[in-house]
Amino acid sequence: MSIKLTVNGEAKKVEVDPDTPLLWVIREQLGLLGTKFGCGKALCGACTVHLNDRPVRSCTTPVRAAADQRITTIEGIGSAAGTLHAVQQAWIDEQVPQCGYCQSGQIMSAVALLATNQTPTDQDIDHAMRGNICRCGTYPRIRNGIRRAAAVLATDTGAKE
Amino acid sequence: MGKWTRRAFIGTGVVAGGALVVGVAIRPGNRAGKVAGLIANENDTVVNVWVKIGSDNTVTAIIPHAEMGQGVHTSLAMMLADEMDADWESVRMLEAPAHEEYANYPLTRGYALGDVAIPRALIGTVDGAFLRIARSMDLQITGGSTSVRLTGQFGMRIAGAAAREVLLEAAAKQWQLPIAELTSSNSTITHSPSGQSATYAELADAASKLTPPSKPTLKTADRFRIMGTSRPRFDIPAKVDGSAKFGIDAELPNMKYAAVKASPVFGGSVREYDEASALAMPGVLKVVDLGSALAVIADGYWQAQQAINTIRIEFNGGDNAGREQSDIYQQFATNLDTANSDGGGTTDFKTGNAEKAITKAATILEVEYRVPYLAHAAMEPLNCTAWVHDDCCEIWTGSQNPLGFRAAVADALEMKDSRVTVNNHYLGGAFGRRSDPDYAVQAARIAATVSYPVKLIWSREEDTQQDHYRAAALSRFKGGLNDNGYPIAWINQFVDKHEPVEASHIPYKIDNQYIHYTDSKTHIPWGPWRSVDHTQHGFFTESFIDELAHSAGIDPYLYRRNLLEDSPRHRDILDLAASKARWGQPLPANHGRGIALQKSFNSIVAEVVEVSIIDGKLKIERVVCAVDAGIAINPDGLIAQMESGIIYGLTAALYGDITIRRGAVAQSNFHDYEILRIDESPPIETYIINSGASLGGAGEPGTPAVAPALANAIYAASGIRIRNLPVKNHDLGGNSAEALDIA
Repeated sequence: MSIKLTVNGEAKKVEVDPDTPLLWVIREQLGLLGTKFGCGKALCGACTVHLNDRPVRSCTTPVRAAADQRITTIEGIGSAAGTLHAVQQAWIDEQVPQCGYCQSGQIMSAVALLATNQTPTDQDIDHAMRGNICRCGTYPRIRNGIRRAAAVLATDTGAKE
Repeated sequence: MGKWTRRAFIGTGVVAGGALVVGVAIRPGNRAGKVAGLIANENDTVVNVWVKIGSDNTVTAIIPHAEMGQGVHTSLAMMLADEMDADWESVRMLEAPAHEEYANYPLTRGYALGDVAIPRALIGTVDGAFLRIARSMDLQITGGSTSVRLTGQFGMRIAGAAAREVLLEAAAKQWQLPIAELTSSNSTITHSPSGQSATYAELADAASKLTPPSKPTLKTADRFRIMGTSRPRFDIPAKVDGSAKFGIDAELPNMKYAAVKASPVFGGSVREYDEASALAMPGVLKVVDLGSALAVIADGYWQAQQAINTIRIEFNGGDNAGREQSDIYQQFATNLDTANSDGGGTTDFKTGNAEKAITKAATILEVEYRVPYLAHAAMEPLNCTAWVHDDCCEIWTGSQNPLGFRAAVADALEMKDSRVTVNNHYLGGAFGRRSDPDYAVQAARIAATVSYPVKLIWSREEDTQQDHYRAAALSRFKGGLNDNGYPIAWINQFVDKHEPVEASHIPYKIDNQYIHYTDSKTHIPWGPWRSVDHTQHGFFTESFIDELAHSAGIDPYLYRRNLLEDSPRHRDILDLAASKARWGQPLPANHGRGIALQKSFNSIVAEVVEVSIIDGKLKIERVVCAVDAGIAINPDGLIAQMESGIIYGLTAALYGDITIRRGAVAQSNFHDYEILRIDESPPIETYIINSGASLGGAGEPGTPAVAPALANAIYAASGIRIRNLPVKNHDLGGNSAEALDIA
């Protein structure tokens, strides 16, 4: 079956069983390998992408549910010119990743949080991020990274106003 | 350094294109010529096997270890660059190819010098022979927290210092000036009186014609410029934009995908399966019977996994198909009883006469502790891509032991080692699991049945149920106290011993100790799990010393401290953790602090956990960690590893519980093998002492102390003593044993 998707702003068409999880379409059909497989059951968040700007677990989202809609992956959150998103830069500044495998999903969840809440409390961070497991235990730095990115985004917004 | 540097050989060679090479080999024989072709680009000069200098004056460190988040690529490059006086801004790194020339000789040499016990499990994967390390040194292992303290100390630093000295000599000859008047810094040699200077790149060719020093002088700590400072990790930028390549990201033309299901009962085999229905499923290309497992190859991974999930497969579990977790614990107890009654078992450590001394004790405390099996549960499920063609096998994977993988794959396919190529990638977590080549062997055997490359990915369920587990264990203690409440006898008996040998030993001054164990074999495969035996014994010994302190009515911190008069580094680290945690200062009701201390992999770590337990709900309020790793090479990296080890250990202490049901692992995914999440993750403070002692590890030593510190804190808060892990199986004050809710 032919399914149309908009991925990171580009129109794509894939021939695939519509029940195929979006994750495997992104990785195997579209060759975007930054989105990771962790559990296959929406338990760990490694596969998090944005569907119309909202975070979803692509390992349990059938591709048919994303047909004709906007998907954003880790490869699509920076600017077209190659500038990192504030969350990505904060991840470098706070030296967040260790093995790095879960971090695409962590960053996608954090970006989605800050898109709707520019001044998250600790509870907001917990709520938005508790679906993302990190086995290297980078949680303290993820917290710091989100706080730093929030501060940067607030400054940017202030400068524009 | 002594013996070590005398064995080093430093020589010269030539690379293609005519550029001359200086090579440092940390074993007899000059290796520079052979390895140059593997790592040198045109216009690069290989200054030694650990470093090359580019024509643009970049210095590239060649690192023989895998990056799995521990930051080793950066800290090892820092050690080399500092000794070399290289300009850090133009230092790069390259992971060494899986080739004998990069075998991990410093690790082996460190072992030979008695500096460290090489993790046996890692060696075991290299053809199963421990002695083989001495014969062929066929190692390129990342494990045992060895990278910085062995490769760094005995490889990178010497290489950097030798490179610097030979560059200085080249400048002195060229300028006809005494070496003593020259200085090196930022990849440049300068003669200040005349103002002459030359970059390393300009001098590399001349340097390579000289005989390098046989014993380069290493810097003393006061002259470090890079070591001891926090430097951003090389690998992080690629890990924030999705470009970092893990094993699972290997891509080859015409590649297909495989999923696998092994016998749930370890040691079992495939009896019967419905091949026709598998082949009828969309995208399925082939079913491969591996004997112990069944694999399906398909156009896509999801199709392969769907097929393996859907079709009927029957396994023959054999004699172990009826084994339950309770049988295993019963076996441990029976084996300990038997060893006691017939005098069997093996002495682990003995001093004084504990059995006699205990008869004179004013108080005797007898306690038994137990820990369960644990899975590694790295975030990247095990995977390997293999392509068998033209009598060769190439694999793409993430491995802690690429040469061991090469040997195992060669053995499985009955090829010479030289016909197998291992392309190593970033490891999406490892914690010991990626030292065992079983998944690479599986991939190679599947790929050997077809002409195209096959990417094998284990499902999370397969990853959980086919792990090589941290062993379950039972440990019994008998402690005898004198009239003052201090121990005069320490008797400890436990099942199962792996490594390191000293894991069960205690730092406390107790005159009479008898520590002994007995084997209790099960059919559950064993594997090294972050800090290995320290994870069990840290919990056992640091819980028991705490119980002795409480039974004597003495503060558990001061009790430990008073038994450390002969161990000043231990005492200092304990003091630092206690003072930073404000030990002794009052806490609200239902709060408590627990402390624990464990030296592992040559680093001493003390941790204080503060908890609250309100209405049966446990909350970890705070963790304070103090660490002495000799010298922290990259302090922020050491702090990150402590945070990581603590959270890994907390997950295990709170939740970790792999149980055996009908011979197989009962858990399957993160819903029933739970992992600590961000909302449960406490604030962690880490403090470092740079004692200047010989270097310690970083990746593992944060883990062992946290489980006992947590259990001791729970006792302080509630009076409930946790003697069996995990904590989730205990009622901490609620009415139902199942009511525990980790807040």
